[in-house]
Amino acid sequence: MKALFWRELKLSSQVGGGMLTGVLFFLTIVAVMPFAIGPDLKLLARIGPAVLWTGALLASLLGLDRLFQQEREDGSLDILLMQETPPALLVFVKAFAHWVANGLPLVLAVPIFGIILNMSPIGIGATMLTLAVGTPAITFIGAVGAAVTVSLPRGGLLLSILVLPLTVPILIFGVTAINGAVEDPAPFLPPFMILCALTLFFSALGSLAAGWVLKQSTD
Amino acid sequence: MKLNVENLSANRGEQTIFAHISFQLTAGDALIVTGTNGSGKSTLLRVIAGLLPNFSGNMAIEGGIEDKPIAEYCHYLGHQNALKPTMSVAENLLFWQHHCGTPDLEITEALQKIDLAGTYDIPIAYLSAGQKRRIAIARLLVTKRQIWLVDEPTAALDAKSEAMFSNLLQTHMASGGIVIAATHQPLGLKNTKNLDMDKHQVIPELLEDEYL
Repeated sequence: MKALFWRELKLSSQVGGGMLTGVLFFLTIVAVMPFAIGPDLKLLARIGPAVLWTGALLASLLGLDRLFQQEREDGSLDILLMQETPPALLVFVKAFAHWVANGLPLVLAVPIFGIILNMSPIGIGATMLTLAVGTPAITFIGAVGAAVTVSLPRGGLLLSILVLPLTVPILIFGVTAINGAVEDPAPFLPPFMILCALTLFFSALGSLAAGWVLKQSTD
Repeated sequence: MKLNVENLSANRGEQTIFAHISFQLTAGDALIVTGTNGSGKSTLLRVIAGLLPNFSGNMAIEGGIEDKPIAEYCHYLGHQNALKPTMSVAENLLFWQHHCGTPDLEITEALQKIDLAGTYDIPIAYLSAGQKRRIAIARLLVTKRQIWLVDEPTAALDAKSEAMFSNLLQTHMASGGIVIAATHQPLGLKNTKNLDMDKHQVIPELLEDEYL
């Protein structure tokens, strides 16, 4: 299992692996926003969490289509599925490694992007925390989409369309939690706990579902 | 150890690819699967490897561990090599060795067996098609599995490498392994069992009335 994790991490960090693509895409969304909205600093600070979460959500979906497709194209998927390791565990490890390589950099980039959006230090901290907890859920839901579209050429867009509606609750609770941390009357903990629950739930359900789909899709 | 296959039929979608295949292989046996294109050679190997759930009939290992699926006894060398182009030869082989468990030869030893001892640190992308194929063959050597399912194993190999591969198969059989090979070219093995897929092919019924 460890071997699979490190291989996934290594492949992601190599040229064409997509580790930087996500962060750069995230940057383009965040950097363009102030130009579109105008120089109203108060407004920027208020919608900052939403912009960051939307950017991170879309950036997380990038590169997910290659999660299993690449393995299938070079024949590795067959060999991986023949081993003792249950498919669900295989998906879990691959998806988690994918998140470490592609999701974690997004979280780490938030302090810089938060400044662009004139966010307060507390807001930036809350955004990092909610993204760190919430983006794994997006990857695990995306893994199911990646498994379903594994045999489709150019399945990336289809994957995004399939996955996006399912990730909306994560977006809602993520942004609500940040608002709770920044604005006084709104609570932080309840939405944050729901976000944690969503991630735990989808890490189990997503892995099982994607594993089952992969097992069926070999032909 | 014995591999029993009884009355095996496989489908892809609605179409039956082959039907009623039965054979029995004991340790040291080799089954050479021949047949025209599309006769189901690869399909048969994939069914045995557990990669095609849509089949009927019985497959069982006698004298193995209970409840262990056949796939876990098998090495599968398909049309693709299952190697990552950006990773080095050693990284690729080490990954499969760690991931598959039951390690056998050291990486350097395996590379010597396939005459590519000098490629240890070279990325797969720099190798030729035949060399890649030989590294894929080395994958079978670094992990111990009793049954080798090889699909057109010598497709990109030169004459010398073919002989090398034939030797490896014979060593594997001599140590109590089983080989099932789908191939057009003779693999230079002695005392093999043969399976002609053309005899088991199911020709789709022509629904002439509907078309005429």
